[in-house]
Amino acid sequence: MSTTGKVVGINGNMVSVKTDGNIIMNEVGYILNGDKRLKAEVIRIRGEVAQLQVFEQTRGIGVGDEVSFSGEMLAVELGPGLLGQVYDGLQNPLPELAEKAGFFLERGVYLEALSRTKQWSFKPSVNVGDKVNAGDCLGIVPEGPYDHKVMVPFNLRDEYTVVSVVSEGPYTVSDKIVEAEDPRGGKKSFTMIFEWPVKRPITLFDERLKPVEPMVSKVRLMDTFFPVAKGGTYCIPGPFGAGKTVLQQITSRHAEVDIVIIAACGERAGEVVETLKEFPELIDPKTGKSLMERTIIISNTSSMPVASREASVYTAVTLGEYYRQMGLDVLLLADSTSRWAQAMREMSGRLEEIPGEEAFPAYLESSIAAFYERAGIVRLNDGNIGSVTIGGTVSPAGGNFEEPVTQATLKVVGAFHGLSRERSDARKYPAIHPTESWSKYNGIMPVDHVKYAHDILARSGEIEAMMKVVGEEGTSLQDYIIFQKGEFLDVVYFQQNSFDPVDAAVTPERQKKVFAQILLLLATELNFSDKEEARRWFYQMRQKYLDYNGAEWRSDSFKKYEKEIADILQAKSLGTDKRAASILEDLIK
Amino acid sequence: MSKVYSRIESIAGNVIIVRADGVRYGDLAQINTSFGTSLAEVIKLDNDLVSLQVFAGSRGISTGDEVRFLGKSMQISYSESLLGRVFNGSGEPRDKGPSLSENLISIGGPSFNPAKRIIPRNMVRTGIPMIDLFNTLVESQKLPIFSISGEPYNEVLARIALQAEVDLIILGGMGLKYDDYLYFKETLEEGGALSRSILFIHTAADPVVESLMVPDISLAVAEKFALDGRKVLVLLTDMTNFADAMKEIAITQEQVPSNRGYPGDLYSQLASRYEKAVDIEGAGSITILAVTTMPGDDVTHPVPDNTGYITEGQYYLRNGRIEPFGSLSRLKQQVNDRTREDHRPLMDGMIKIYAAYKEALEKQSMGFQMTEWDEKLIRYGELFEKEMMDLTVNIPLEQALDNGWKILSACFEKEETGLRSSLIDKFWPVDSLKNKAGQE
Repeated sequence: MSTTGKVVGINGNMVSVKTDGNIIMNEVGYILNGDKRLKAEVIRIRGEVAQLQVFEQTRGIGVGDEVSFSGEMLAVELGPGLLGQVYDGLQNPLPELAEKAGFFLERGVYLEALSRTKQWSFKPSVNVGDKVNAGDCLGIVPEGPYDHKVMVPFNLRDEYTVVSVVSEGPYTVSDKIVEAEDPRGGKKSFTMIFEWPVKRPITLFDERLKPVEPMVSKVRLMDTFFPVAKGGTYCIPGPFGAGKTVLQQITSRHAEVDIVIIAACGERAGEVVETLKEFPELIDPKTGKSLMERTIIISNTSSMPVASREASVYTAVTLGEYYRQMGLDVLLLADSTSRWAQAMREMSGRLEEIPGEEAFPAYLESSIAAFYERAGIVRLNDGNIGSVTIGGTVSPAGGNFEEPVTQATLKVVGAFHGLSRERSDARKYPAIHPTESWSKYNGIMPVDHVKYAHDILARSGEIEAMMKVVGEEGTSLQDYIIFQKGEFLDVVYFQQNSFDPVDAAVTPERQKKVFAQILLLLATELNFSDKEEARRWFYQMRQKYLDYNGAEWRSDSFKKYEKEIADILQAKSLGTDKRAASILEDLIK
Repeated sequence: MSKVYSRIESIAGNVIIVRADGVRYGDLAQINTSFGTSLAEVIKLDNDLVSLQVFAGSRGISTGDEVRFLGKSMQISYSESLLGRVFNGSGEPRDKGPSLSENLISIGGPSFNPAKRIIPRNMVRTGIPMIDLFNTLVESQKLPIFSISGEPYNEVLARIALQAEVDLIILGGMGLKYDDYLYFKETLEEGGALSRSILFIHTAADPVVESLMVPDISLAVAEKFALDGRKVLVLLTDMTNFADAMKEIAITQEQVPSNRGYPGDLYSQLASRYEKAVDIEGAGSITILAVTTMPGDDVTHPVPDNTGYITEGQYYLRNGRIEPFGSLSRLKQQVNDRTREDHRPLMDGMIKIYAAYKEALEKQSMGFQMTEWDEKLIRYGELFEKEMMDLTVNIPLEQALDNGWKILSACFEKEETGLRSSLIDKFWPVDSLKNKAGQE
């Protein structure tokens, strides 16, 4: 007999319900409104009155409407068939919803996240008599490019003894595949599908490891200068128009991971559409299959109900953790975490909680920290390694990084890719600020190499600022050359043309090669008679590098440009910087 | 369901509270006061206490006035007879025509399913080179015009309305000056476009609450017409007034303000309106152009700031011109590769040189020595501002592109433009202004 209740108050998307029994915090309830059942989640309990955030528009709900509680927390379905799906924040498949309800997201229509009729070719990996625990693999079904492990539901505490197993063959997700017995002799049957509450992290692993292996994004500025490790976290704050979403889209295409989960949280629907229409056409070089087959999209765009926006990032990270349990590397891209934070702020306001800074709730920081902490690289109980990497964009009000969401995020992430308005206005993409951004992870290059280049860039910036005051005529030739070196590094290495088929994605191998040449140039003392000659020389070099960047890896033209670059450099070389001696030695090796 | 309640418990701001049963969230009520009747909307329910937001404002309401619940939420009539008509924020006629009550539709309906959206593909021609050439407006785009007060934003809107190739124009005015309302009406009439226009006008003199309804009514009607296959252009002016009205209600409701007094859900509220812009497969479309005035010319003010995160670019109106810097159409890439082959390169090339002109101008004003190159840039910049940026220029895109080449050839040698040689060979005017100047 589940608990029921009656609506006693409505304020925006928050409904107060008088209940007649026990209720669970974060339990799901349904408000019965006419022939519709509107999904809602308990977010506060006071005496016999529970306050629920409704995942739909509340228009038309009246005092006295019946509410039935499910006894379950907000959960997602886990099983084969998640890859390639487009869900809303509550795991409703949007294309199926469109088939059923047409152009608009009618309220109260909820569909099964996973097809109950699709057949999967199941191959058991347990035998009668085997002991299994939560998270253990029962068998394998091929899903897209991967072997999907069918696991014992994560919420079971007992050790089960397998009593019977179906033979290899096609089954639907709801077919019984394994029967088992608990230590008390109780029977339990397993299917390929089970549920897990989204707001609880999945912790079925042996050990959490330190993220050290770089997650290659093929964006030079990220991989070389501000790397992200597998199982790490990073954030991309930036004002509107600075290219946050474009950077996320590029990463979602080229990142060297097994699975990408895109959580479009409170942003424009049009941007999701581009991904939706383009991904099925694009081929993943790693698997040779379409990119869509390694992607899950959680699309809760800005005009969709705000409560399910709050849920959407949890839905996304739960799906990520599920695939991590199979020993895969998952990248979760959340765009934008500010909209998620705003959703929390809206609910907090309706609950009339005492507001913190800019009216965000006092638990903003802990919520953000808890979310990013669900990233990680782990050794699973079966010895395999799996990871969830989280990259979140932040949309600070007024582009000012001093606001609460950016600050709370910076405290918990391992890398900061701050986008700058000046760089995007100057069409310098990706607009990651090269001196303000940072990363605590190790990348694909030795640290001292990166530091050498970075120091020149920083010095170049100082000289540029000085030149604005004293003019070019008041700057020494030596300083002017450093300034030009910094500019050169910016133009040919930091900036990357995402529309160019070659330059859009640069492999680590190529990055190492090109960066070594750039380091050599940066460390070379150059012989110029005046600034005009220096400028012209750098312009020439820049042009060569842009062509070089556009040349196919190891192609004839690639080698041709490489030779030309070396010759141009050699012609003006006066020897090398002594401080760079050890770096140059490394490069020769 | 037409039970009458005659005991108003409290009146604060534009919100009154009555005790009533059987009321639903979002329902409408009618209040009879000594000054006439007004509509009100249920904005909060707490047991039998019903909070109502009174459209006509609470001034003059007596605690003994009668409140009658209508048992339905805000609706608007949808039919062809809307065309050419003017209504207020409650959907009542502002012109002398009859009020409409057939075929009622709800406003503020559900969101469009993202999976049903398509990639926008059609350009909307406006005849303004700064838009057509440099930041092309695309069907189903949502774009604000960021402007300070005093700029001719309404003139720009009216011009786009007249020239855009759309089937239907819906104008939503919020806090509009009465003169501006008349201006719009007359301009549309003179341009022969009134018969394909619908106006929902809230003027500065009307009760504040009524302006809150204007975007929803306008967009609900637009949505129906779009589903019926029409290309609809929705013009909203001014969204800052709309946001300010929301702020006013939120504060009277004792909601915790977030930034500069605006409610915490400002982003969601604005987004749920702007996201109505859509291109519907097999039917029509909605394109939204909305004026957002920036108090104190501050783009970080919450209203333009939140808007910028929602919309697909923005037009900056400054000194009576659409600024090339800062203005952005995020969707232009979807269409400007199919107009003419020189469109994209010319767009980028001309702006780059214009940026160099700005630097030269700075140099000049600082009193540094000007080179020959600087002089060329100055000449270019002046021509660019006159032939491209001046809002009185009204030419089709192709002519604007030709003009672009003329300006370039009048100021520079071919190789100084930074454009690809193949394009220069094809488009460089043979009989350029410079040659003419040489002959004279």
